[in-house]
This record gives sequence, C-alpha cells and structure tokens, in this order.
Amino acid sequence: MSGPSTFVPKSALGRWFESRLPIGGLVHSSFIVYPTPRNLNYWWTFGAILSFMLGAQIITGVVLAMHYTPHVDHAFSSVEHIMRDVNWGWFIRYAHSNGASMFFVAVYIHMLRGLYYGSYKAPREVLWILGVIIYLLMMATGFMGYVLPWGQMSFWGATVITNLFSAIPLVGDSITTWLWGGYSVDNPTLNRFFSLHYLLPFMIAGVVILHVWALHVTGQNNPDGVEVKNVERDTLQFTPYATIKDSFAVVCFMIFYAWFIFYTPNILGDADNYIPANPLSTPAHIVPEWYYLPFYAILRAVPSKLGGVILMFGAIAILAFLPWLDTSRVRSAKYRPMYKVFFWAFVLACLGLGFLGSQPPEGGYTIAARLLTLYYFAFFIVIMPLLGLFETPKPMPATIADAVLGKGGSAAAKH
Amino acid sequence: MATATMADEPTRRDMLFIATGAAAAVGAGSLAWPLVSQMNPDASTIAAGAPIEVDLKAIPEGGIVTVKWRGKPIFVRHRTKKEIDEAVSAKLADLPDPQTDAARAKKPEWLIVIGVCTHLGCIPLGTQGTRGEYDGWFCPCHGSVYDTSGRIRKGPAPKNLEVPAYAFSSDTKLTIG
Ligand code: HEM
Ligand code: FES
Repeated sequence: MSGPSTFVPKSALGRWFESRLPIGGLVHSSFIVYPTPRNLNYWWTFGAILSFMLGAQIITGVVLAMHYTPHVDHAFSSVEHIMRDVNWGWFIRYAHSNGASMFFVAVYIHMLRGLYYGSYKAPREVLWILGVIIYLLMMATGFMGYVLPWGQMSFWGATVITNLFSAIPLVGDSITTWLWGGYSVDNPTLNRFFSLHYLLPFMIAGVVILHVWALHVTGQNNPDGVEVKNVERDTLQFTPYATIKDSFAVVCFMIFYAWFIFYTPNILGDADNYIPANPLSTPAHIVPEWYYLPFYAILRAVPSKLGGVILMFGAIAILAFLPWLDTSRVRSAKYRPMYKVFFWAFVLACLGLGFLGSQPPEGGYTIAARLLTLYYFAFFIVIMPLLGLFETPKPMPATIADAVLGKGGSAAAKH
Repeated sequence: MATATMADEPTRRDMLFIATGAAAAVGAGSLAWPLVSQMNPDASTIAAGAPIEVDLKAIPEGGIVTVKWRGKPIFVRHRTKKEIDEAVSAKLADLPDPQTDAARAKKPEWLIVIGVCTHLGCIPLGTQGTRGEYDGWFCPCHGSVYDTSGRIRKGPAPKNLEVPAYAFSSDTKLTIG
C-alpha cells in the first residue's frame, strides 16, 4: 500500500539530503500519508501504546543499569541503593518494574484484538507470527529482568524456570548446567541474565521494525474485516487522523501507568522479592509475575514433568499456527455469532487459568486448571477448525465505507 | 557446448565451490564452539565444587543436617530404626522410580541426598510435621512427596532425590563429592 514515495522536501537542504538518504520519504509514506481504514476503533491504538512502552522500558532500563551491580553479593543492595540513595531512583525503578506489567497489559489486549477481529488471517500470517516472536522475546526479557534484583522470588523463579529445560530427555541436565554456568543458579547466571536482559529489548525493537514493515505491506485489518477496496472512500491519512487518536490513547494509558507508579507501585509484585535470595530456603509459594500465571497453571495442571513443560510451551507455540487452524473465511467476530461466544469463553478461560496459577496446586484448583487447559487447547485445535465448517456468518458490508456510513448512505455523498 | 559439460560432469569450479563451502562451515563451527562453550561452568566454579567433609558426630539419630555443596543443599539424615524399616520394606512395584534402599544408602543409618526436588528444583521440606505422608520430604512447590529413602512416591517429580558421590572417610567423617 505504501508504494514509491512522491515526497519532495520543501527546503533545498531537505532536497539535497533526500537525494542522498530518502528517510524523509520513508517517514512521509509510512506515517503521514499512509492510508488507515476509516472504521478503526480504539483497540487499534495498542500498537502505538506498545511502541511507547518499549521506549519507556529501554530509557528507564538504561538508567537503572547505570546504578545496578550484577553480582550475587551486591545486586539486592544495589537495587535498594537505587530506591533510597539515587536521585529519583525510586521513580525510575517503579516506572521500570510497573512498566513491564503495563507492557504485558497492552500486549494481551493487542493480541486479543487480533484474535477477535481475525487479524492473523491471510494475507497477515507473517505479520502475526512476527508478533508471536515479539511476545516470546518479551517473556524472556521480563523473566530475566525479574531475576536481577536477586530477591527470593528472583532466585526461586529462576531456579524453577531454568529447571524446565531439565525435562528434555538425555541432554536436559547438560542444558541446564550450560544455562546456569554452574551447578545451580548463581553468580554466572545472574551475570549472563543481565547481559541478555540488556540485549533482548533491542532485538525486540528489531522485530518490531519487521512487524511494522509487514503491516505496511498488507495494510491494517479493521473491525469489519473487509479489505480496503477504494483508498479514497475506505481510508483516512495516518496524519492527522491516526496520529492524534494514537497520541490520545497513549496519554490515557500513561495515566493508568502513572497511577500504579505513584499510588500502588508494589501491588503487582511479590512481597517475597524484598527478601534477599537464599539458596537454602524455598518460599512457601513460588508465584511468577502475573503475566506468566496462565502458563504456570498449565504447567502444573499436568501430573508429568515433561508433559507439563511440553503443554506450557505448546500453549504459546500454537499461536503461530493460528492462521491455518482457523478455517472460516470471515475475519471479524462481528459477523461470526458462534465464534464470538467461544472467543469470550476463551478470554474467561485465560483469566481463570491466571487465577489458578496464583493458587496452590491442590484439590479442586488442580481439577479446574485441567478443565481450563483442555478448553485452551480445544479452542485452537477443535473449535477453530470446525467453526469454519458449521457456522453461518452474518451478512457483511461490501466495503468499509458501507460499514461506516450505512449502506449506500447519503453521508457518503457528503465526503 | 560449455553448458553441456557443466551440467554433466563436475568442473574445477564445482570442486572449488564445494571446498570453499566446506572450509567456511568448519570455520564457522570452530568460531561458534568457544562462544557456546564459554557458558559452561568455568574453572573457578568447578574448583569451588571440590569435595567437602561433614562431621557425623554432631548429628543425632533422627536428625537431618543440611550442608551446602556446589550451591545446592545436601541432606545428611541419621535415620531411625523405624525410618530404615519403612525404606527397606517399600515394594519396588509401588515406586515410580524403582530403586532399593540398599542401592541408595551405603550404611543404612545414613541417607545422603541432594536436597533439590527433581521436579523443578525447589528444596523439599524435612522438619518434623512437614515431611509428608511417607515420612521423608515434601516439596511445597508442586506437591511432590518423597519417602525415608528420598524416593519419589507422589506428585509431579519424575525421579528420586539424587544421591551425590560420597564416602565415609572414618566412622564419624563423611566426604561428599
Ligand atoms: C522489553 C523491555 C523490558 C522489560 C519487559 C523489562 C522488565 C524488567 C523487570 C520485570 C525487571 C524487574 C523489576 C523489579 O522487580 O525490580 C527489570 C529490572 C531491570 N531491568 Fe529491565 N526490562 C526491559 C528493558 C530493559 C533495558 C533495555 C534495560 C537496560 C539497558 C533494563 C535494565 C534493567 C535493570 C538494570 C534492572 C534491575 C533493577 C531493578 O530490579 O529494578 N531493562 N526489567
Ligand atoms: S519443584 Fe518440587 S514439586 Fe515442583
């Protein structure tokens, strides 16, 4: 959709530069005249919110790294030093630790948006898979970041998660030793996690560029799931329409984010992480950060170690196959009456799994976790393929303009 | 004419192409090796993992002492008569990871195991009242239950608690490692 740019800078200096490095044309075609479907709703602003959060994490993270010491004897106290001694250190750290949570809030909304409106379907499969890769990298980054303050949850979370790899037959133990750089989670582990925690966000930024590139090739999906047919009638320019709407959404999201930083900065964390790591004592309940809880519940729902690990990673990997599991030709759930019900049941199942992941793995909790795990997988492997065959979609508008302006409406004539 | 020879039989150029490719693959592999290997335990970590001595006189019958070796807790358990009987009389068919007690304890009264749950690495509880239904250990993380021989009886852990290399250097001295 972006085509060769016809952009000509106004100033002579601009034209001189543009003929040497056409970056102005790139920005112009991607973020100024780029056509966006005119029926986009606020769920489409989460891409901008995510870009903002990535920037916020990188800026606060680089600042934290100026004061943080990646050593088992000093990590915990250097974080306390950030909190108490460094000018505005408390603010930077709370912005970073809550920023991780906000990042995941935004990514979950962004992903569910895609699931609801069928944004993963042809021709957007590569775009969707790049998104799944970003999500995986985010999970790895958040996990390694949480190890850095070297509290009890840092240590035991790292122990439990790295031990997942020991479930791999034959080579599992060697892989775990290799990940640790020792016989248990220790100083070498902390050091490499710091190095990788610094690196991964920049890899995320790289994949985000590919993600946006793929987006600008296929164009955005939209709430009605019909492709743009007539650029004049169906779309609006990115600037000012999307720019302003995105900025407004980012500001609203910043208020939400600021509320956590300033009013309840520790509510999303675990109190045990303010106890220095002790390799000889496991806390009574090891609970990961909230954004991993559904997967933790799936891990524990299975009474076999290897089985649990396979299902847990499978729960994420299956997302990448979604474009081929969904057999319906209709994109948007707006026109899929049955899918809509299963979709909301899926959202509830994820929330339920999240709750169960925070509870001890016993009795009724385990049974509930097994049922919800079953639904989680059935949604992708059974419901998605079958719905395409059995569901009768509702009548759809022929074009985006029809959807927005009412079919053949007089409002269209005004424009 | 020239195209016909190229398609039919290898030329000098094909030979050079394959040789260059092979050399590049060997080169890439030998560069990757140090990059991968550097993540394994380094010399100082291995040195710090040398054997340690434990004084057994200080452990009364029924007591468990935890010592740290290679960053992990090692449980040294002075088992009572009852605990030994329980461990010996368990039927192998009832065990998820069948092993006799004799194969796990060189002297029946001393059980030495690595105190790391074979599920995901938590430290099982072993104080009175927290030992679980087989009198051994109970892992609070995901509910694995071990018996008085440190063998897995219930829960998600696949294997028995690992027995480290150890030797009795005298009647009252134990060397682990
Ligand atoms: C994708 C973006 C990122 C995410 C999701 C993320 C996540 C996290 C999390 C969850 C923590 C633990 C916070 C706590 O409980 O204290 C953390 C800590 C830390 N992060 Fe990041 N981070 C990101 C980017 C970065 C970057 C780019 C850097 C540095 C260049 C960085 C440097 C640090 C440092 C030094 C700490 C330890 C201090 C502390 O615990 O507050 N982070 N990160
Ligand atoms: S780590 Fe012990 S039961 Fe999971």
